[in-house]
Amino acid sequence: MRKSWVLATAMFLCLPLVAGEYYVNLACQIFIFAVFAASINLLLGYGGLATLGHSAYLGLSAYLSALAALKLGLGHALAALAALAGTTLAAAAFGLIALRATGLGFLMLTLALSQVLWGTAYRWVSVTDGDNGLRGLSRPFQMDDAFSFYYFSLAVTVFSLWMMARYVGSPLGAALKGTRDQPRRMAALGYDVWLIRWITFVYAGFWGAVSGLLFVYYHKYIHPISLSLAYSAEGLLAVIAGGSGTLAGPLVGAAIVMLLKNYVSAYIERWNMLLGFVFVLIVVFMPEGVVPGVKRIWLRFRSRG
Amino acid sequence: MAALQIQGLKKAFGGLPAINGVSLEVAEGERRLIIGPNGAGKTTLFNLVTGDLPADAGSISLLGKDISRLATHRRAHRGLARTFQIITLFPKDTLEHNIVLSLLGMSPARWDGFSAFSTDLYRSAREILQRVNLEGLATRPLSDVSYGEKRRVEIAMALAQKPKVLLLDEPLAGLSREERATVKALIAAIPRDVTVVMIEHDMDTALDMAERITVLHYGSVIVEGTRAEVVADPKTREVYLGY
Repeated sequence: MRKSWVLATAMFLCLPLVAGEYYVNLACQIFIFAVFAASINLLLGYGGLATLGHSAYLGLSAYLSALAALKLGLGHALAALAALAGTTLAAAAFGLIALRATGLGFLMLTLALSQVLWGTAYRWVSVTDGDNGLRGLSRPFQMDDAFSFYYFSLAVTVFSLWMMARYVGSPLGAALKGTRDQPRRMAALGYDVWLIRWITFVYAGFWGAVSGLLFVYYHKYIHPISLSLAYSAEGLLAVIAGGSGTLAGPLVGAAIVMLLKNYVSAYIERWNMLLGFVFVLIVVFMPEGVVPGVKRIWLRFRSRG
Repeated sequence: MAALQIQGLKKAFGGLPAINGVSLEVAEGERRLIIGPNGAGKTTLFNLVTGDLPADAGSISLLGKDISRLATHRRAHRGLARTFQIITLFPKDTLEHNIVLSLLGMSPARWDGFSAFSTDLYRSAREILQRVNLEGLATRPLSDVSYGEKRRVEIAMALAQKPKVLLLDEPLAGLSREERATVKALIAAIPRDVTVVMIEHDMDTALDMAERITVLHYGSVIVEGTRAEVVADPKTREVYLGY
């Protein structure tokens, strides 16, 4: 497992040596979306909490960073800190509300809360410039070329995924999985189920915020669509397609969604239809997701051999 | 001081009383059996004691301290452990990981979101499994072991919490004769500093394990006493033994 991660990282390190700028940019978008999807996976895959509002943290972080730079004139480091702190606090507050329910109730509450932010971004024109979005942003360390930003986003992605992997492999991560499978038993064993879920909610919000920072650095622009239901749904789709509750699943799922969205859309206008079709195929043939599905097929193949 | 004291406990579901003013006192170290026909409210009583269900009225004290308003996990930290009527364990995880989860629940390490598991926890889990003769299956997924072995794991998990009061909800249900004998021996070996309250349908097996027996009927205590007193009581015969 560790070997395959090292191999993947080595391959990603070499990618700019063999691929052109277009593919390097595409890979950047996959990394950003992978961090976003992995943060959703903490809730969905390991906590059993399906959310439709996670774009709130990506979008809020991106907006806070942009506003800190444009309205307050803060440098990148301070703007990033403000964005991460502000978004994590928002996740803490949203978690207090959303975690009053589980299942469908939780799903609807997360959706409602993110829609509040989405509506605010659209309507509070004096601050967010509404449908025009915020422009005139820059990247930190003057990483304006595709290659330097690629390595920056790769480093942040590797660190983020490693931190999330540590979390799910830790005692608290084991407790989280326990609350997903047997919440009553976990309470009887002395675990505060609600608090474990809330901590994870805030932690997932923090990593959603990190993906938001990468997002705004990459695009140098932010629009209310980053806070939309569609963006949350794409993240959820990436996790389910890749394999929820697995470490590599969100990365593979993010690659599938981003390749279809950015690459295939150049050839097929209705790429959403194709995304839906691919998703249906995955659910039919690998209901557990691509990563566990391929693993299952590989093990079967090996046992026959 | 009573290990467990329940006073005037009430719980109704949609106006239908499930527990109707139950009061009982279990002494420290006692083995108490709770019996009653189906629907008598035995499991509901356990759920109220552990905090799985909120009571409508009444109070619950554990070793002299009121726990009525505490959440389930806080009651566990005060020394209350339980097993469930329907086994609720972690089937995909190994036996030792199930025990580790139990040990971790009582440890501050459960809040550690960065470090790997300590090897000490797994060593302790092995020792606990050894005590219930399941050490050989430690690395097997729980779903791969028999029902009786799952029951033993469940009891081992409850004991790993080092409880002061242990609630066993039908621990012998669904077991073969051999498995029943093994689980019975396991329960009999529980140290005396642990108070055991047990619900059991299998009268033949359970009666000889109890020092005192409480008979519940329609959510009320109708008889309480020693085995001889309860068996001899006409109310027990009427509602439970059927003659």
